[in-house]
Amino acid sequence: MQRIGVFVCWCGSNIAGTVDVKAVAEALKNEPGVVFSTNYQYMCSQAGQDMIKAAIAGHKLGGIVVCSCSPRMHEATFRKTASQAGINPYMVEIANIREQCSWVHKDMATGTEKAIILGKAAVAKVNLNTPLTPGESPVTKRALVIGGGIAGIQTALDIADAGFPVDIVETKPTIGGKMAQLDKTFPTLDCAACILTPKMVEVAQHENIRIFSYSEVSEIKGFVGNFDVTIKRKARYVKEDICTGCGACVEKCPMKKIPNEFNLGMDNRSAVYIPFAQAVPKVATIDPNACNMLKNGRCGICAKVCTAGAIDYTQKDEYIEEKYGAIVAATGFNPISMDKFDEFAYSQSKDVITSLEFERLTNAAGPTAGKLLRPSDGKHPHTIVFVQCVGSRCSACTEKGKEYCSKICCMYTAKHAMLTRDKYPDTEVYVFYIDVRTPGKNFDEFYRRAVEEYGVNYIKGMVGKVTPEGSKLKVQASDLIANKQLHIDADLVVLAAAIEPDKSARPLATMLTASMDTNDFFTEAHPKLRPVESPTAGVFLSGTCQGPKDIPETVSQAGAAASKVIGLLAKDKLTGNPCIAKSDEWMCNGCSSCGKVCAYGAITYEEKEFRLPDRTTKIRRVASVNPAVCQGCGACTVTCPSGAMDLNGFTTTQIMAEVDAICK
Amino acid sequence: MQMKEHKPLIVAFCCNWCSYAGADLAGNNRLNYPAEVKVIRVPCSCRVNPMFVLRAFQRGADGVIICGCHPGDCHYVSGNYYTRRRMAMLFSMLDYLGIEKERTRIEWVSAAEGAKFAATMNDFVETVAKLGENKRLEDLRCK
Amino acid sequence: MQVITREQLIEKAVSLLAANTVSCVLGWSRGEFDYDVSPAVFRSEEEVRRNFVWNDFCGANMSKYLISKASGVDGKILVFLKPCDTYSFNQLLTEHKFDREKVYVVAVPCDGMADFRLIKKVCGEGIISIDSEDAILKVKTLYSDSPISVPLTDVLAERCKNCKSKKHVAYDELLGEDGNVLESGRFDEVKKLEAMTAEERFEFWQNELSRCIRCNACRDVCPACTCEKCVFNNPSSGVENKAAANSFEEKLFHIIRAFHVAGRCTDCGECSRVCPQNIPLHLLNRKFIKDINEFYGEYQAGEEIGLRAPLTDYTTEDIEPCEIFHRRDTDA
Repeated sequence: MQRIGVFVCWCGSNIAGTVDVKAVAEALKNEPGVVFSTNYQYMCSQAGQDMIKAAIAGHKLGGIVVCSCSPRMHEATFRKTASQAGINPYMVEIANIREQCSWVHKDMATGTEKAIILGKAAVAKVNLNTPLTPGESPVTKRALVIGGGIAGIQTALDIADAGFPVDIVETKPTIGGKMAQLDKTFPTLDCAACILTPKMVEVAQHENIRIFSYSEVSEIKGFVGNFDVTIKRKARYVKEDICTGCGACVEKCPMKKIPNEFNLGMDNRSAVYIPFAQAVPKVATIDPNACNMLKNGRCGICAKVCTAGAIDYTQKDEYIEEKYGAIVAATGFNPISMDKFDEFAYSQSKDVITSLEFERLTNAAGPTAGKLLRPSDGKHPHTIVFVQCVGSRCSACTEKGKEYCSKICCMYTAKHAMLTRDKYPDTEVYVFYIDVRTPGKNFDEFYRRAVEEYGVNYIKGMVGKVTPEGSKLKVQASDLIANKQLHIDADLVVLAAAIEPDKSARPLATMLTASMDTNDFFTEAHPKLRPVESPTAGVFLSGTCQGPKDIPETVSQAGAAASKVIGLLAKDKLTGNPCIAKSDEWMCNGCSSCGKVCAYGAITYEEKEFRLPDRTTKIRRVASVNPAVCQGCGACTVTCPSGAMDLNGFTTTQIMAEVDAICK
Repeated sequence: MQMKEHKPLIVAFCCNWCSYAGADLAGNNRLNYPAEVKVIRVPCSCRVNPMFVLRAFQRGADGVIICGCHPGDCHYVSGNYYTRRRMAMLFSMLDYLGIEKERTRIEWVSAAEGAKFAATMNDFVETVAKLGENKRLEDLRCK
Repeated sequence: MQVITREQLIEKAVSLLAANTVSCVLGWSRGEFDYDVSPAVFRSEEEVRRNFVWNDFCGANMSKYLISKASGVDGKILVFLKPCDTYSFNQLLTEHKFDREKVYVVAVPCDGMADFRLIKKVCGEGIISIDSEDAILKVKTLYSDSPISVPLTDVLAERCKNCKSKKHVAYDELLGEDGNVLESGRFDEVKKLEAMTAEERFEFWQNELSRCIRCNACRDVCPACTCEKCVFNNPSSGVENKAAANSFEEKLFHIIRAFHVAGRCTDCGECSRVCPQNIPLHLLNRKFIKDINEFYGEYQAGEEIGLRAPLTDYTTEDIEPCEIFHRRDTDA
């Protein structure tokens, strides 16, 4: 039996006005375990706290009940008081007799009766309290950023600038991501490369950053502060540290008809290639599916022309293992496939393109050296139709498109339309839209300039069908405001394809035990208050892997994720919340239900040997809770049919004791 | 027929992050509700074991209400979604066994919804009071 | 009368033992009377030939016994499973209850099992033997000169009348032909109860559950009840009670028992089979199954290994608990 002290607070007249505090203190004196009971005007005051400390010492109290305001208000205060008096802070329970009693009941008799019952429940609970100590775990002071687009780059730079080592893992041969493919950026129209490539260089030169390009994360184990990650470095058949990026091999390679991914297949590259001029790292990569030497051992020209001797046809995939304290997912997005949108004739005509393809067509480093030419015949298009929301906001037909708004299309379409009219005033530009959404600094002004200054024809309505006819594209559309059907003979049709999370996100989430929504976007720990953290401790979210975002938003979120990582890595030890789940291995039957309901991946299973009373041993599968990861919600405790899972601070017997005390 | 007005005993399980804070807010705003309501704080509504609900009835509670964050707003990401399924199952089963379905309730109350908390409790107490004493699920030993 | 004969099963068991494919056999063993069949492990050809039975009384679901029997064997254990048993088998594997590699499953088609209690109702006391021929049971009793003929269909166990599936969902080897998942009327009784008033339902269950003697047979036989220590036996669980002290505790036990297996219960019907008090326990389990199907989509526990049980899953659009009654009341 505990030795319990009860402290009833008047809170001036806040409680004492409707609750007879003396009667409450008197009534609780007789509860089991209570050896001391008193009342005072302001328990939270220094004098009140001193009184508690004196009572703890004087009466050798093991636990205390404070009948006062809400525990959300002063639980921490009284825990500290208890701790200063030498008892475990978790031996404190609060009976909320202010917010949930004196303030909501008017009558003294009623309020007093209820306060006594609430006090009894708290005493019943304290009787079952046990001292709890938070667990501690060390922190590996190194971060992993998965994805080397602008989100990953910004996060890595911010972490590295704070003095922590960072590794970036990027599947492509170069970092840069989607932003490297863009021409200009809205709403300022500065060129993407001009603002991105300096950052790429900064990453390459930063003493705290390592880039693992052409690499993938293949395994993640561990938990916050202590992740063990295996990174697969795919063989690029070029020694990264020797290659100077001179490009002699690229020039001499005889296999020149490989569709160039960087230009979305609109031109070709060679089998050995550097994705683009400002690639980081600027080293060549051999495409094993295209290289004759790797396929059948005939050729070897690149090795001959490489004066540095960097070509190595025998290279193998390499696996490296590294420890990290924090992991940032920055896996980015892709435009969705246009396969299911045949009404726009994407597969039938080369002159129906996506907006990202349009970016490459207008980019000086693109397949047309920046001249806007039709992919089919290389002629200058005179009538261009932009179609918005292709696959976005597609709630009627979710197997085709996405329910969500892709967020960036309105603005980049305005940019495309404006730039086209600016460079080629002889073109007629139409934009078909459902709504134009331009929330953002200087965004609406930008869109209005497109309409008002550049004479872009914005038409509210959707394009129903695009039919290639001769060299023209017959566009059938409706104008919802004029309420009429439109027929436009276009030379080029640009589809604002919805964006979706990169395919690598789902397997990554599985490895991280991070949660995802139905669209495969990573879920944040709290949609409003913890937007850059995953519910899985130690995992952070940067950029479009969490939801559609434009560049400014991505960069600010990347910085926010970095600051969270820095906050974590700055700690030497992580102190946990001791009110977490614990599994009684003797009772656990290993059914694995608890792991399924854990949102944090805190529960793992192991085969464990048990010595039975009859001296035999038995191997059983049992659950164990990682105290560094568990957040203490209790979902597992109810799922467990054996009652093997319990929650510290809110144990089954504690809650039942409260129920019993209330219902007595 | 019961002539004397029955004062029902209500046990309310409230999650720490939303509903308990909502109850506190009701207090801050001095929104009255009957003293028959006694709140038990749990970290998340998903901590509420069906056994707790049955236990309350066994010991003489006349009604049990569980309050949690609104679906989608759970502090623990998905806890209240499990609560929703578990309690749907439990309440349906209690009804199937002939226990008045009005004696059990689940309500989503956010930390900002002090008024909703008070209104919910007023309504629940009134509903349960009409049913009279909980005879069908009471442990006579504890009386 | 079962399609596959006892001899076929014995030959199968004997040949697998001889080939060292398995080292022992889990099956049904004869008791004093023909209808008195219990699960047993057979370790030799001789034991199999002497005691192995396969008749209309082999209702026992062998899956659960694998938890204790599969771990200790050298090599593999042979188990004969009826279609409904295979669902439990999969469910147990989903919950990691034994090692699949240790088990050799021979699937046996089943024509439904007889309920001895129903035979007794027809033929009275003193039954000494029951022979089965072409789906007719010949029942000899102490008190009648000639055997009484009873069609098997008249005395089928309730769960077999409402058989949900003749299809085996797991096996290494199949004897005879596999059947299909059936449309059954297994929820009809539940619907009838649902249509009653709350008072009528209370009366019904009061009448049924008050007969419970807390022998725990339903729990002990249940393939979903696999806890190391049942909460009702655990002093620290707060709900320990060895015998129901009052009408509440009868309900408490049965609600919690059904709740613990909700979403994991394959509806094998063993609980009702073994209840010495004839309490229709399956009506509790089926209520949960029916609710799950209606609220969260059709779900059959054990249909595949690794399925996520509905109560360990959710969608953001799940029905609100208040709506379930609203929906029912507006339907009615």
